[in-house]
Amino acid sequence: MIEFSNISLDQGNFSLHQVSFKIEKGQYAVLMGETGCGKTSLLEVLAGLKEVTSGTILLNGSDMTHARPAARGLGYVPQEGSLFASMTVSDNMAFALDVRKWKKEDQKARVQELSSMLGIEHLLNRSILGLSGGERQRVALGRALAFRPEVLLLDEPLSAVDENTRQSLCQLLKSIQKETGVTVLHVTHSPWEAEELGDVILRLHAGKIDKQEKVKGN
Amino acid sequence: MSKKGQLGSCWSDRSFKVCLFAVTATYLIFILLLVGSNLLYMVTDSEWSSWRENPIFKALAQEEIRNSIILSLITCTLSAFFSIAIAIPMGYFLKGKQFPGRALLDAILDIPIVLPPLVIGLSLLILFQFPPFTLALANFLPFVDDPTLTANALIVYQVPAVVIAQTTVASAFAIATLKGTFEQIDPRCEQVALTLGCSRFQAFSRVVLPEAAPGVITAWTLSWARSLGEFGPLLIFAGATRNKTEVLSTTVFLEMTIGNLEGAVAVSLLMILLSVLVLVVTRVWGKLELSL
Repeated sequence: MIEFSNISLDQGNFSLHQVSFKIEKGQYAVLMGETGCGKTSLLEVLAGLKEVTSGTILLNGSDMTHARPAARGLGYVPQEGSLFASMTVSDNMAFALDVRKWKKEDQKARVQELSSMLGIEHLLNRSILGLSGGERQRVALGRALAFRPEVLLLDEPLSAVDENTRQSLCQLLKSIQKETGVTVLHVTHSPWEAEELGDVILRLHAGKIDKQEKVKGN
Repeated sequence: MSKKGQLGSCWSDRSFKVCLFAVTATYLIFILLLVGSNLLYMVTDSEWSSWRENPIFKALAQEEIRNSIILSLITCTLSAFFSIAIAIPMGYFLKGKQFPGRALLDAILDIPIVLPPLVIGLSLLILFQFPPFTLALANFLPFVDDPTLTANALIVYQVPAVVIAQTTVASAFAIATLKGTFEQIDPRCEQVALTLGCSRFQAFSRVVLPEAAPGVITAWTLSWARSLGEFGPLLIFAGATRNKTEVLSTTVFLEMTIGNLEGAVAVSLLMILLSVLVLVVTRVWGKLELSL
């Protein structure tokens, strides 16, 4: 599903050297590493937000190394959610559908379906200002999942929420992945999250992926 | 430990707050007095018994001043829109970009802000004395009958010169405002929009621009107010011909030169009123837009 072959990236202050890994369709992969080691950059490379110096990115067997972000069809949830402040919760969630010119009634139905899955039906008409950390992450997840991407990229989605919310969001991520079959690449510092969620754990160290291991029982 | 030696004493905190308050209050009072003095002057020094003899009514009764008001409203609005049309793409383009010569570029963009207004007017006048502005338009536009007609003749000392002079200064303020606005917007939002299927232009128009709306409104208001107050460049580049290129700032000057101080004060009050009105309307409208 996702295949990185010898990906290198030079950012001046840090670089990635010949990073290679593979994530199979429907797997939940967790990417771990020290602060500033390039986890977010790796995610951005995959999303098409950063150009690689060399190497190849394959998505579903197609070479997407230099494809525009829009052409890759990946759902991306950045660390703080980065919701669109000028829109309501519902508009945020329908954004990708509106860009794809879905009919209004189809957009509404999809937003209803997702909001019910994420438990945020009561927030749909609200502005995003004033939402709690957990609510923001649920909306950001809904926005990323709306157009049914095959891959979901999560950049430390649980780092800015309290312990209870973290646990409930963790359960939610598990059930979403089970329900939709989406392939997930989840960046985190937390070994607990990796144990709870990951089918595969990737460890990024000194610009290289050191380890790729299967976790039992997930 | 002695009381003198205590860190962060209550007295020093209080005196610091008092100093901050005193400076703020003094400045606010000064601004209000500055504005209020015009009104005070008209109330105390004018000899008028009925509202019809009020200097503002008298000023409004003059056709040239009515024309000046209309021309001011039209040119200020046009200049504010032109300024925004320049500032939005420039502010967005320059957002967060670091490259050799960036400091020099920023300094160039600030030239209209720091240059003396008369120098801007003179520079515009000189610029329009060179080609292509002095070339016959008939050479480029077949529908122009007059073989001697040039862009210079259509612009200099005509209404377009008013708009160009106003826009030259106002756009610099709009660019400075919008550069700051775009730099404050979380770049992740735009990146997310790209991953959700947007082209660069769609991400800009659907996500970045709506988030920049308060800054755009502020820049528009600032440009409009700057244009209303512009005088030096207009005098040199557009002239101060009554019923032709006269706007409110030139009216104040013209009324002063003919010794009609009352008329000048009345027009000044009208300008204050217009500025406050635009400020209030755009702020309220901006808040309404944002809350929708």
